[in-house]
Amino acid sequence: MIQLENISKTFRVARREAGLKAAAKALFRKEYTEIKALQNLSFTIGDGEMVGYIGPNGAGKSSTIKIMSGVMTPDSGSCVINGHVPWKERKEHVREIGVVFGQRSQLWWDVPVIDSFELLRDIYRVEQQAYGRNLRELTELLDLGDIVRTPVRQLSLGQRMRCEIAASLLHDPEILFLDEPTIGLDAVSKIAVRDFIRTVNREKGTTVILTTHDMQDIEALTERILLIGKGQILLDGSLSALKSRYSTKRTLTVDYDGNALGEAEHITVLQDHCGHAKLLIDTAEISVSQAIAAISAQAEIRDLSVTGESVEETVVSLYQEFAI
Amino acid sequence: MKQYLSFFRIRFLAGLQYRAAAWAGIATQYAWGGLTILLFRAFYQSGANSFPMEFRALSSYVWLQQAFLAMFMTWFYDNDIFDSITGGGVAYELCRPCDLYTMWFVKNMAIRLSRVVLRCVPVLAVAAVLPAPYGVSLPADGIAALLFPISLLLGFLVLIAFSMLIYLSAFYTLSPMGIRILATSVMEFFCGALVPIPFLPEWLQPVMYALPFASMQNTPFLIYTGHLSRTVALERMGLQLLWLLLLLAAGRLLVNDAQKRVTVQGG
Repeated sequence: MIQLENISKTFRVARREAGLKAAAKALFRKEYTEIKALQNLSFTIGDGEMVGYIGPNGAGKSSTIKIMSGVMTPDSGSCVINGHVPWKERKEHVREIGVVFGQRSQLWWDVPVIDSFELLRDIYRVEQQAYGRNLRELTELLDLGDIVRTPVRQLSLGQRMRCEIAASLLHDPEILFLDEPTIGLDAVSKIAVRDFIRTVNREKGTTVILTTHDMQDIEALTERILLIGKGQILLDGSLSALKSRYSTKRTLTVDYDGNALGEAEHITVLQDHCGHAKLLIDTAEISVSQAIAAISAQAEIRDLSVTGESVEETVVSLYQEFAI
Repeated sequence: MKQYLSFFRIRFLAGLQYRAAAWAGIATQYAWGGLTILLFRAFYQSGANSFPMEFRALSSYVWLQQAFLAMFMTWFYDNDIFDSITGGGVAYELCRPCDLYTMWFVKNMAIRLSRVVLRCVPVLAVAAVLPAPYGVSLPADGIAALLFPISLLLGFLVLIAFSMLIYLSAFYTLSPMGIRILATSVMEFFCGALVPIPFLPEWLQPVMYALPFASMQNTPFLIYTGHLSRTVALERMGLQLLWLLLLLAAGRLLVNDAQKRVTVQGG
């Protein structure tokens, strides 16, 4: 159980004008600007949930993850995770969590992956038996095979990321924080990583909190999303509810025989060329079946498909709506 | 405890890999030790009575310095630690159920010891067969032989406890280079690496002992050579212990404060 209440965090950033004069002045007096990274952030995440934490760059996603993983101390507010306050009982807390920071590595660069795993085993004091079992399982699920005996520096990004994720699960954490776990991965590796995360969540009941910019990750993995912007939670809800709320627009792609389509009420023609047309409708104004009826009155439909807004577009309209 | 041991092991083994560097280091140390001794011989020949140490003892001091260089070198820092602080890798280290200070302390010990292990035996072996008074002699007496390893360990720990403060300063300054260079030059002089402390002017001595640096390499080497009487030796070892505790406490305070101020940038 993760409970955050009114968490705030401010950073001080030194700023100065360009040029020699300003640089000389900064030697004696530095000017700082305060950046409010998080403002009164509150949310609750239950055991075994899988939550997507999204927001534009600089919104405060990583700051939140760092507070929840005990790395950073907030200025005010309370955060209790499985009965621990992360920054106060750091050691007890981190024993129960696994973390992957997609942009950093927790593996030792020069030595084979397995050496890093064994060090982690000792650091977390994992029983030999549990370690052996987890290692076998992870090796199989993430298809690590020979990879674990290779020095980290010789691994591809996809291989390394699979190892990073395995490394964060060796000690059976109850909560897994994934900070951009699919960044820079190719399609195949992304799918492998997603499948694996789903399996861990389903079979071990691990709570997963995922930050990402990849909306396919969100679509494939999470039921619930938290949208953060300018340091505040803007939305907390299920993905499908959000989609239906924010996208009433549908695109109709039509192949037809006959003359070019004329204008009809509430239907915008995006393109119309040699019997192939793209039409945009807003379901708040006209239902899909009404639209189809209107088109078939004009021409003989050969083929037709209806597509909604992609998650990506939904998120963009969300960002726009909240002006973040 | 076991976690820190494994941490020590992985670091120690990694350090042993650099054999070519070790051979190059050994060669440098023969040359450097030899030149220092020749330089001092020239001074001694102009009037041995004006010097506070016997030439024999001085030669031992110089060779010990060379043999244990990796333990006491003042300019050596583990860049991984600085990178981890300035680059944000520390985020991962804080996600471990370990104590950051202990982890880095152990890491430093491991790197330095892995280097010493490779270098001290060849240097001492050659210095031992050099003709007197140019080589390394045996410890002055049984007590010196007994106290030396203890004092050596204390001095080593004092040095690491001090360099921990330099590492931790990176949390506050973002670029640790300035403090690092400043600390290195101050330490190099005040720890007796350039010139053994007894050779420095009388009036400077109290200042030297009021600083932690004299409790690093100076004390064990002087004990070995029999320069210090038994009571003074024990006093100095007490001072080493005192400095160790003070520096450990300062490091603790600093790491606790730094941890509160951690801001991991980017990502």
